[in-house]
Amino acid sequence: MTGVLTLYRTSVGKKVIMALTGFILVGFVVFHMYGNTKMYQGPEAFNAYAVGLRELGYPVFGYEHLLWVARLVLIGAVILHIWSATALTMQSHKSTGANAVSGTRRYGEHKRQTSYAAYTMRFGGIVLLLFIIYHILHLTFGMVGYGPNEFQHPNYLGAHPEYFVYNNVVVGFQKPLISGFYMLAMVFLGMHLYHGVWSMFQTLGLNSVKYTGVLRGLAILVAVAVVIGNLSFPIAVMAGIVGPAV
Amino acid sequence: MKVTLKVWRQKNAKTPGEFKTYPANHVSPDMSFLEMLDVVNQELILKGEEPIAFDHDCREGICGMCSLMINGIAHGKKAVTTCQLHMRSFNDGDTITIEPWRAKPFPILKDLVVDRTSFDRIIQAGGFISASTGSAPDGNSIPVAKPDADKAMDAAACIGCAACVAACPNGSAMLFTAAKVTHLGFLPQGQTERHQRAVNMIAVHDAEGFGNCTNIGECSAVCPKEISLDTISRLNRDIVVAALKGIEPTVETAAAQAS
Repeated sequence: MTGVLTLYRTSVGKKVIMALTGFILVGFVVFHMYGNTKMYQGPEAFNAYAVGLRELGYPVFGYEHLLWVARLVLIGAVILHIWSATALTMQSHKSTGANAVSGTRRYGEHKRQTSYAAYTMRFGGIVLLLFIIYHILHLTFGMVGYGPNEFQHPNYLGAHPEYFVYNNVVVGFQKPLISGFYMLAMVFLGMHLYHGVWSMFQTLGLNSVKYTGVLRGLAILVAVAVVIGNLSFPIAVMAGIVGPAV
Repeated sequence: MKVTLKVWRQKNAKTPGEFKTYPANHVSPDMSFLEMLDVVNQELILKGEEPIAFDHDCREGICGMCSLMINGIAHGKKAVTTCQLHMRSFNDGDTITIEPWRAKPFPILKDLVVDRTSFDRIIQAGGFISASTGSAPDGNSIPVAKPDADKAMDAAACIGCAACVAACPNGSAMLFTAAKVTHLGFLPQGQTERHQRAVNMIAVHDAEGFGNCTNIGECSAVCPKEISLDTISRLNRDIVVAALKGIEPTVETAAAQAS
């Protein structure tokens, strides 16, 4: 194997994989947030958006074809993102777990001098993975977080499939514990994005003293936009701004 | 002023170490940190105890020999070496924790002295340019643009003290490696081997057991020469370009030889 396919061997190459898959995932969360703002336009618009996503690329592509391409790319990106993070973390732990002779911690003291967000990437990443699993079981499959008959599964029986995402979001977020968990996860997402978006450029070698301010700004913008957008949904539901369809 | 020292004592690499407490009762605020240790060592010698072993050489901040984690910060303060740190930076009555650099590629030789030979092996992998021997070339026969010369010089300021590794939560030597790659990579003389150099140095960096960069920036924050994180970005770019060109490492690492 030669060329780009050998990237996975070195530490920097694994980081490049992390950055490129991160780029895909950042793109996803931005559009995911933006798409969900359609819930403010009411049940028809939001449910039609769910159908629209599945009819993407019609008539060249069939029902859900492009959606499945996107899903596979995203699943692949998540797997590679986690794989590179795990491999790199293990490499780093080998270096910092030094002086096993003494059995002591690496430093008696360690004073953090830079951003807090950078230190939450690993722990926060695990929290986000658990959140994503819960989120899919919750709003996609309706397997957790709903009482009996509260979750409306899609209806494929008619001429056109029907989706009831609006109802599911409203019913789902009316439970304060679940909304609280979503909002907590968004704090971790914000920190992950703040460090991750800037890191992406640094890792790909596109950062320099000239652009670092702009890239930090971009990272703040992406993190703030996604977090505020996503926080607004459970808040709007609980405050009754986005209420049950009549 | 009087301070209390909590010092890591370790007989050799194989013996477990521990923190021991020593009083330092005759400290002038004008002393450098190393001079303070000298005074404490004199007292230990007079008492017939083993003096504290620590690395030092030029004592003017240019050799990169002194080290020490002081109260959890490499070199004790931002942008200085330990020899440039003065006791006036501390308060009377402080307890000061002193530890060696700790990362797997830096085995402890004794007390606060670690073996930094792994850095030499990274340099050997690519921290040079190949040039024909013979009479000295004419000065300015290869023009170097002033901005490039400045950037190369900023990176070349690295003294290889390894504070970056000590400060790094990942135990990574990426800032050191990047400084060397950037220093030569900005000069016309360094262009021929530019991408091969980056690939080789990273191969040895990884093989030596250093951790990996997560762009936190602790390294740059404590670097006595204030080497910028930009150098790491440049190293990354060289590695990506090298991968696209299909450049493979040409160095034999200790790990590769063993297998």
